[in-house]
Amino acid sequence: MNLGSLLTSSLSDTLQVSLPLFRPELCLAATVVLLLVCRMLPVVRWLDSAWIALGGAVFAAAYAWADLRGLPGSPWLPAATALNRHELFTGLLVFDPFTAYIRLLLAGFLLLYIPFTKISGIPGREEETDFHVLLLGAVLGMCLMASANHMLTVFMAVEMASVPSYALAGFLKGRKASSEAALKYAVYGAGAAGIMLYGISLLVGVLGSFHLPTMAARLSTVLAAGSTGGVTTALVLGGLMLAVGLAFKLSAVPFHFWCPDVFEGAAAEVGAFLSVASKAAAVALAVRLGCTLTAPPLADPAQLAGLADARFYGAHLVGLLAALSCTLGNLAAYGQTNIKRMLAYSTIAHAGYLMMGVAAAIALGGTDRAASRDAVAAVAFYLGAYLFMNLAAFAIVALLRNTLRSEEIAAYGGLIQSSPGVVVAMGLVLVSLIGLPPLAGFTAKFLVFASVAQAIALGVEKPLMIVLLAVGGLNTVFSLVYYLRVLGVMIFNPPPADRVNEPLPLVSLPGAFVTGLVAPVVVLGVFFAGLYACAQFAGGFAS
Amino acid sequence: MPDAANLLQPAFWPLTLVLFLPAIVAAFLSLPIVPRGRDEAVRWIALGTTAAVFVMSLWICLPGLFGGQGPGQFASGLPGMQTVVKVPWIPSFNIEYLLGLDGISMPLVLLTTFLSMLSAAASWPITKHVKAYFVLFLLLETGMLGVFMGLDFFLFYVFWEVMLLPMYFLIGIWGGSRREYAAIKFFLYTLLGSVLMLIAILMLYFTSDLRALSEGQLVASHVVSPGLDAAARTAAVEAIRSASAPVHTFNLLALAEIGQLPDSPFAVARVWGWSLETLAFLLLLIGFVIKVPVVPVHTWLPDAHVEAPTPISMILAGVLLKLGGYGILRICYPICPGGGIALAWLVCGLGVVSMVYGAFAALAQKDFKRMVAYSSVSHMGYVMLGLGVWSAVAGTQYAWDAWAQGVNGAMFQMLAHGISSAGMFFMVGVLYDRVHHRNLEEFGGIFGRMPVYAGLAVTIFFAGLGLPGLCGFIGEVLVTLSSWKYSQTLAVISAFTVILTAAYILWAIQRVYLGAEYKGPHGDHLTPITRRELAIAVPLVILAIVFGVAPQTIFRTVTPTVNKQVKTLAEWTRVVHDARPANRGAIPAPALSGGSAGRFPADGVASTGVTP
Repeated sequence: MNLGSLLTSSLSDTLQVSLPLFRPELCLAATVVLLLVCRMLPVVRWLDSAWIALGGAVFAAAYAWADLRGLPGSPWLPAATALNRHELFTGLLVFDPFTAYIRLLLAGFLLLYIPFTKISGIPGREEETDFHVLLLGAVLGMCLMASANHMLTVFMAVEMASVPSYALAGFLKGRKASSEAALKYAVYGAGAAGIMLYGISLLVGVLGSFHLPTMAARLSTVLAAGSTGGVTTALVLGGLMLAVGLAFKLSAVPFHFWCPDVFEGAAAEVGAFLSVASKAAAVALAVRLGCTLTAPPLADPAQLAGLADARFYGAHLVGLLAALSCTLGNLAAYGQTNIKRMLAYSTIAHAGYLMMGVAAAIALGGTDRAASRDAVAAVAFYLGAYLFMNLAAFAIVALLRNTLRSEEIAAYGGLIQSSPGVVVAMGLVLVSLIGLPPLAGFTAKFLVFASVAQAIALGVEKPLMIVLLAVGGLNTVFSLVYYLRVLGVMIFNPPPADRVNEPLPLVSLPGAFVTGLVAPVVVLGVFFAGLYACAQFAGGFAS
Repeated sequence: MPDAANLLQPAFWPLTLVLFLPAIVAAFLSLPIVPRGRDEAVRWIALGTTAAVFVMSLWICLPGLFGGQGPGQFASGLPGMQTVVKVPWIPSFNIEYLLGLDGISMPLVLLTTFLSMLSAAASWPITKHVKAYFVLFLLLETGMLGVFMGLDFFLFYVFWEVMLLPMYFLIGIWGGSRREYAAIKFFLYTLLGSVLMLIAILMLYFTSDLRALSEGQLVASHVVSPGLDAAARTAAVEAIRSASAPVHTFNLLALAEIGQLPDSPFAVARVWGWSLETLAFLLLLIGFVIKVPVVPVHTWLPDAHVEAPTPISMILAGVLLKLGGYGILRICYPICPGGGIALAWLVCGLGVVSMVYGAFAALAQKDFKRMVAYSSVSHMGYVMLGLGVWSAVAGTQYAWDAWAQGVNGAMFQMLAHGISSAGMFFMVGVLYDRVHHRNLEEFGGIFGRMPVYAGLAVTIFFAGLGLPGLCGFIGEVLVTLSSWKYSQTLAVISAFTVILTAAYILWAIQRVYLGAEYKGPHGDHLTPITRRELAIAVPLVILAIVFGVAPQTIFRTVTPTVNKQVKTLAEWTRVVHDARPANRGAIPAPALSGGSAGRFPADGVASTGVTP
């Protein structure tokens, strides 16, 4: 094959396959450029950058929606049997139902998040453009995280999502705590990225490829051949270091130390971004890496059998992180007096629940592809529910900060008297975070626990899964107390003496926004068949 | 089944309305369009709702009062599930909106709607945040009814949890001085139990397989709707039986059929050396006994009762405690019969320990309400004992009627205790509303000051005592008699507990109602009973007498269903359990082939003297 035909085929592949499936990311990139251009040109400076960013997000979401709907096998095209997995840009990225689902989730997040920042008033008019450029840039990186199919893209995407996040964490420039949070986050992130890169180089060095499915195939051969000690050590270490990098993004214990400080120091808006979007992308990447490396798509039985040790290792590693995150997150949340810090620990605990589903998905990958699909679906559904729950929680925190000028839990005393609507909304969100029916948080938790229970019933990694189920169950009970305490302060306690009593009525723009976020939390708790069908479709990416 | 046909099921609208009318009214009341400060109107709306729900439930359950049996109404005296509503909800998990009534759940539904109506009337003295109170109260009613009506395990669990939050706030906002502590304690205990239940539900779900059931069983358990014509029914059965992967189910009736199969997957599956049915039985049992509650997980109950306002105490004692007994009867035994045999000693033992401990604790109380709360622990112990006396079918005798007597007694005891304990809490509340204290040492002479009230109260307390001719007697005596065959020791202990019961109730009556004069504070507030209070107390007293004099009013409905279940399980013991070579999952018995001995290691009494 000469250079000319290679170029032609590569060009036609890029233009005809890759770019059309890359439209949401292109929209985001174009919006970033547009934002910067608008800032420079005096003629259009008066344009509010939030509306530009929102416009870009609308296009991205529309394309992401069209891509998900148009995929063969989706709930809208159930009968089609055509291939729904495409490798883009010569294997750097992959477009499959899971990519489409997560991308839609992230674009949907932007659609809700940008109006939220507009309503809550942070960022201010002056720094708005910077904020939205960083925001869209980070989300672009997150989309790449969800669709990474190549170790280089994995690392680049993680960095692309992380670096703007560091800047966002320090966005409240005047506040010491904010700068400190940003510095801590950046230093911690740099360390984690270095370790991750080292782990990637070990894995790639042993397996001789960057391409994830190829790596999995080689891994199967290496493991089946009964590898020598050195190779095994390199693989184990590489996997561990890769997990460290992911655990940092996931804020999983013991790599969570940045999380409470950053959440407390940064604005509640940034906390919402980190806890929802950043977490969704990190979980998606964990699912992608975990499932592709241990049970690659279209693998033959021999290959799958060869990867049994990798699945054992992956499931136990993720399971251990899950159990630790869940337990420590919930226990540490007890002592918190700052609502954002408490929500940070709650985020850590929820990362634990999510990783339980990932562990089940990895463990089931070799035994029962349908069960593994359901485990991924549980995680995907959890992310969808979590989007509304946590965004609503942070939105209420931000709006209350605007009226109460405080983010201490004690300042919420007696809110039931002045703003009953907000207390009911917050109550629904917190109860959903505990995981009580009939709210979305319960459904999500139920689905994750169901996957773990299915692994037990199928006899896959039974001891680990029994431990995970028990830990998850007990943690649900632990978490009750600190979530209810916030609600208790709002309802049982008298208002603090120095309260500037400015009620936050539900019949107002912020109130309507909060209602709009809380309504799906209730609806998804009762009628979850629709979203679950999409999540199941997304979960089928590996089978 | 197409969607429109779902709505045409004869029982769909009646059951759905009874179930959700309180929630709908609660949603309406919580809208901002209902103005604040219209407390009186809100009270009447809530009372009217509960009354409407009561009348509707009467229409469904006792069609005789409304001029005869029609479609969608309950036919008393028949075993088996009736008025079934079946609508698909979450197809990917086979979760259904599956409701139905039988002789076990129907009386409990009536008890719930009846006590909710009385409690709504008893809520008039509540003056703080009246609207919020009734919103939560009505949500609680929907939750309770859903648990009794739901036949899908997922649906059951959802309603089970829906009750928690309203109860937490009802105690936590409108309770006494230590209300927050009591509320969170109630919530934590119950949530712990329900999480264990959720684990058991998931394990059972993923082990179940509908393909193992015959066409008859599939139809009987409403997996395949009996209303379909023959061809559609065969097609539906064929679709299930020819599936390539296991077909899991949350249907409680189908799970029971699967659990009683000779080669039940629940008995085969093992988790850490336990058979799944034993483990699931244990997990479910813990979840349910926390609600009952039995010693040692009862400590939330006295706190919750003492702190809760009077109407909530009535609901708590009258209905919520019954949920535990109902769960054990409806779920634990039919689905995990092997676990039931293996752990019969545990259920009975817990029952007797609660009975004795609760009675002694009641004797020691100085607080009137706390004493009544501990009497609930003691009385619910009879329910546990009656449910647990499985080993009446031990050995080769298979005398299922003794066990049926126990379960019938337990059911009667639940209903009777629903009336008498709600009544007792109401009577305590009437006094507390007047003198604002509950110290047993500071009463006396109430008979002289409030003769009508005292007469009614003493009748209710005598019903709680178990005086023959009143409702408390029948259940206790049936349970005690039936436990004789299981274990004479337990029977003797439970018989002697009656003396303790008499002691604490008579002593309380003496200290509160008798005596020359009232010794406590606020003596001048001891006004005669009002008409509203009379309207709540009199129906309770009448029912206590009617159930005591004519127990067949209850047994006519309960016995056919209970007997059928017990007979099926006794037959199961003979045909399936005793034929299994490896039927001692968690039983630490010596490995014997043939299964002729060592079957009931905890049951020393019943298995001696039986010749194999």
